[in-house]
Amino acid sequence: MKLNLKIWRQNGPQDKGEMKTYPIDGVDGDMSFLEMMDMLNNQLVESGESPVAFDHDCREGICGMCSLYINGEAHGPDRGVTTCQLHMRKFNDGDTIYIEPWRAKAFPVIKDLVVDRSSFDRIMNSGGFVSVNTSGNTVDANSIPIPKDDADKAFEAATCIGCGACVASCKNASAMLFVSAKVSQLSLLPQGKVEAKERVLNMVQTMDDEGFGNCTNTGACEVECPKGISLENIARMNREYLKGALTK
Amino acid sequence: MALTGLFLCLFLVGHLLGNLQLIFITGEEGKVAFNEYAYFMTHNPAVKVLSYLTYFSILFHAIDGLMLTIQNKKARPTNYAMNKPNTNSSTPARYMAILGTVVLVFICTHMVNFWAKMHFTNMPLHTITKSIEAPVGQDPTTGQPVVKELEVDYVYTTNGQYQESKVSLAEMNYSEEKYEIKKGTMLYDKTSGLKVAEGLKDLHSQVMTFFGQDIKGLPSNSNALLYVILYVLSMAVLGFHLWHGFSSAFQTLGLRSKKYVGAISMAGKLFAVIIPAAFAIIPILIYLA
Repeated sequence: MKLNLKIWRQNGPQDKGEMKTYPIDGVDGDMSFLEMMDMLNNQLVESGESPVAFDHDCREGICGMCSLYINGEAHGPDRGVTTCQLHMRKFNDGDTIYIEPWRAKAFPVIKDLVVDRSSFDRIMNSGGFVSVNTSGNTVDANSIPIPKDDADKAFEAATCIGCGACVASCKNASAMLFVSAKVSQLSLLPQGKVEAKERVLNMVQTMDDEGFGNCTNTGACEVECPKGISLENIARMNREYLKGALTK
Repeated sequence: MALTGLFLCLFLVGHLLGNLQLIFITGEEGKVAFNEYAYFMTHNPAVKVLSYLTYFSILFHAIDGLMLTIQNKKARPTNYAMNKPNTNSSTPARYMAILGTVVLVFICTHMVNFWAKMHFTNMPLHTITKSIEAPVGQDPTTGQPVVKELEVDYVYTTNGQYQESKVSLAEMNYSEEKYEIKKGTMLYDKTSGLKVAEGLKDLHSQVMTFFGQDIKGLPSNSNALLYVILYVLSMAVLGFHLWHGFSSAFQTLGLRSKKYVGAISMAGKLFAVIIPAAFAIIPILIYLA
């Protein structure tokens, strides 16, 4: 398969950056998107050009490290998968493929397609945890009974891998789906309920301080999320936030 | 945004019910019903509170929306070279700010055309001209009384009576230099300072002529068709705004859950179609009548 790649090249955070065109031949339909990128980088290295920097780690669709805005969609045209699980059979011979980094003020570009997602870490640090004394007698998790429905919902929320596709695809670069998944995951469980009010207030405050946009409920995040995190989580977070803001 | 938006949805329902009188009640009866309603809406203290709440909601909704849009634009300083938002979100949802701006412009022109006229100008009073047969003397030869048909104007007053007017109101020019309406019902001659007549403002005829009907004594509107088209287009824009806005408000307030999401979404879409369509049909029917 022959492809025409248009890739964002930016030498560093201060560099202006531009779209560059790279033709590539011999792409196999069974290759993953990242394998295609590896193939391109090999060619670039051989020709003495600097390889395209992009994020990746497990390549199994579970770590949340890979990103890429492919042909106008986060993680490409396929649904429910990350870029590493996107296969080249989704494209046709002769296609032009645009490859861009996540675009958000809170995700500044480090180099080429790699963005700094540490704003997510700072949001987590401000409340994405349960304060438990773990020195010594750790209680067995199963000793606290949890309704099956709550456990399932918390688990669904916990499948968020924090890749940032929600921010990338939101027209406002809002992080509401990510933050709401983390808030839901913890506040649905008895261990997390204790700090529920401070958690939601602090995490939302940090999210705003980091420069993410506001949620206008377009629902783009839910569609593009590789883990299918539901908008229901955002409604839950809004509920929790109202409760927290009014009573705390 | 959500609270003011939902309040404005309620306002739309109320406003629509008022407007529907224009087409459901016809003739003099409809004129009476609508003008009494207009008087009630401008004089009742409870309505006054609600109307201030509505003005506030519109302003807050617009200003808050503008501020959010500015913040959201700042959150993505560099745009994508290739973006396909159609694959993941509905068009009205992404263009709420633009749709809202159009609706705001419509509200402003709408208020200039009706609300401001009702509040601040000398709108003609509600009159009805009746032909009465009045004896004007005796025939000198036969001795029979001579009866002549006279056109007499009656003013419709606040207490629901038709009162004979001393002046011919139907043909009168309510110029701002010569006359002044005090307390919304009393017409005063500015030069003499005397009360000429007292009665309800005839908003009904204003609306009818604005959308193309010819009414005796009132200037006809040559741009009526244009206004009807602009009105209908504005309602379509309002419909698109509500298509996303109604259910979005519930999501913002945290009232969306798996159990209700279908019902809320369906209610929002029905609301977005029915309410603006019902508004739009009124000027169309008036124009065609």
